[in-house]
Amino acid sequence: MGVEFDHVKVNVPVVFRGPNGAAAGVAAQHSQCFGAWYSHCPGLKVISPYSSEDAKGLLKAAIRDPDPVICLENEILYGVAFEMSSEAQSKEFLIPLGKAKVEREGSHVTLVAHSKAVQTCLDAAEELSKSHIDCEVINLRSLRPLDFSTIATSVKKTHNLVTVEQGWPQCGIGAEIAARAHEDECFYHLDHPVVRVTGADVPMPYTKTLELNAIPQAADVIECVRQILNR
Amino acid sequence: MSTKCNAILSPLLAFGARPFKGLDIAIFSQPIVLGWPLSAGVRTLATEKTLPFNKPCKLFRLEEGPPEEGTLTHDDALSLYKSMNYIRRIETASGNLYKEKVIRGFCHLYSGQEAVAVGMRAALRPQDTVITAYRDHGWVYMMGVSPLGILAELTGRQSGCARGKGGSMHMYTHNFFGGNGIVGAQAPLGAGVAFAHKYKGNGGVSLTLYGDGAANQGQLFEAMNIAKLWDLPCIFICENNGYGMGTSAERASANTAYYTRGDYVPGIWTVTDYNLAGQVDGMDVVAVREATAWALEYCRSGKGPLVMEAATYRYSGHSMSDPGTSYRTREEIQEVRQTRDPITSFKERILSHELVELDELKAIEQEVRKVVDEAVKQAKGDKEISLEELYADVYSHPVEQEIRGTTAFRRHRHSRIGPAVNQ
Repeated sequence: MGVEFDHVKVNVPVVFRGPNGAAAGVAAQHSQCFGAWYSHCPGLKVISPYSSEDAKGLLKAAIRDPDPVICLENEILYGVAFEMSSEAQSKEFLIPLGKAKVEREGSHVTLVAHSKAVQTCLDAAEELSKSHIDCEVINLRSLRPLDFSTIATSVKKTHNLVTVEQGWPQCGIGAEIAARAHEDECFYHLDHPVVRVTGADVPMPYTKTLELNAIPQAADVIECVRQILNR
Repeated sequence: MSTKCNAILSPLLAFGARPFKGLDIAIFSQPIVLGWPLSAGVRTLATEKTLPFNKPCKLFRLEEGPPEEGTLTHDDALSLYKSMNYIRRIETASGNLYKEKVIRGFCHLYSGQEAVAVGMRAALRPQDTVITAYRDHGWVYMMGVSPLGILAELTGRQSGCARGKGGSMHMYTHNFFGGNGIVGAQAPLGAGVAFAHKYKGNGGVSLTLYGDGAANQGQLFEAMNIAKLWDLPCIFICENNGYGMGTSAERASANTAYYTRGDYVPGIWTVTDYNLAGQVDGMDVVAVREATAWALEYCRSGKGPLVMEAATYRYSGHSMSDPGTSYRTREEIQEVRQTRDPITSFKERILSHELVELDELKAIEQEVRKVVDEAVKQAKGDKEISLEELYADVYSHPVEQEIRGTTAFRRHRHSRIGPAVNQ
């Protein structure tokens, strides 16, 4: 006794999660960020949590999502503690995929990042605030879909956009954001071309000093902001 | 000269006029006039011993296999002993440097597995190549990098064999293709190197090493398939130390007879340091050498690839981040150290067969201690390469002269430190 099916559609509700990007001292074969590679593919959803509430809310939402989701986690962040609101600690706490979060409000420049680079931006923002430069820091949370509308809204306010990522520059997340800025109406609100801060365009070295200089530091972000604001 | 004179002179010339004792038969085709006390009062040692191995090779899809005995000369014995000691001391030093946080990242130690690298290297010929995974320090040493080259690479300084840019898992030298961080990724590479040997017709064989954990990787089977199809001179060697990270072989593999996993590829299983019925057999480093020599000849003669399983043990955890005691008992580790250690059991054996003197071994131990300790000191005090080298050696032949740094405002000149070994 058989059953006939017409037009069978099948969902692929699978989540792949694991460490992504540079750790510490693991050199060339163990340090690559795959954010750009995975977010390149239609059909996939890609999330990249920064804080503990990101990790929980995004992963929970990913598991419930009927589409394949890649969850890229940063090894260094595994060991970092974050405050969690009581809402974030509740059982049904979900973060919608494809929606970015404004981590810090500001009006002079928009800094956009994902994962560990969000911390780099927050550190830079803290330092720059002493010079009365207020940075708006956006945590992408998802790489695909990439929430450009949150970025566009911010750019219309600040008129300056800097992207920060640990991955390499060519065809990276920053490159995608810069391209979209050209294609969007927010382009006409920019006072300066989009600037990208990325990992150095080299395989990750083991040498300690070189490794530090291969990944964007807060000082790099600060330097770029000062350059484009001309202060 | 009369034939009788020849019969006396040739063995004397071969052994530098040392008196013989305990020499087994059939080494020479000519009869020897025995027992002249050529230098009265000199302690008599065997210069050579031929002994059967305690545990024969197991064979898979092979009618005949490696010999069940090996010959060890006095000089061989000292050389093997010295090599194993160097590896042990380098690894111990690495472990200590890691605990001092002078070595960062990953550090996978080879202590306990020395007989594999040393025995195999003893059988290699100049045209053969080796590729392994991340537990590579012992192999790097055997393939010719000095203790300083290894330790300074681990500490990330300029005297390192990769100028400190590579670290533990990225060490390379002539005929040694690393040093590979991703589990099992070296298997297809090794098959490729074997293909290069065949293509170039240089008679070389590619030793492709992997562990019991990597033995389940799909890419290994892909590599074995093509190696068999094309009769590539590749020996796939599984260094089975019983654990893939924290998972024992029994929990990871449906079939733990790794020498049979090649299916259509014949295999041999050789023991490196097992204790059989209370007897310690330190000649197993020689068993590994004989098995490898036989395997090299098999592959070189165009019969295709082989799988070889070397049963061994690692004392440390998977890496320095793993204490190595949460998935096995301390008693088990102690038992292996006390009864099957490749170095101490080899030492007992060569002493009991009077192949070497205790003083000679002590001299070796002292030399090893001195050289490695000095290398540690240098490795700790050495300088790092300069920041400009971050942008060096990305390409052998760069089309663009500038490399982008962390921002668009900073561009750097690409430079070549070179030359490469295959320039």
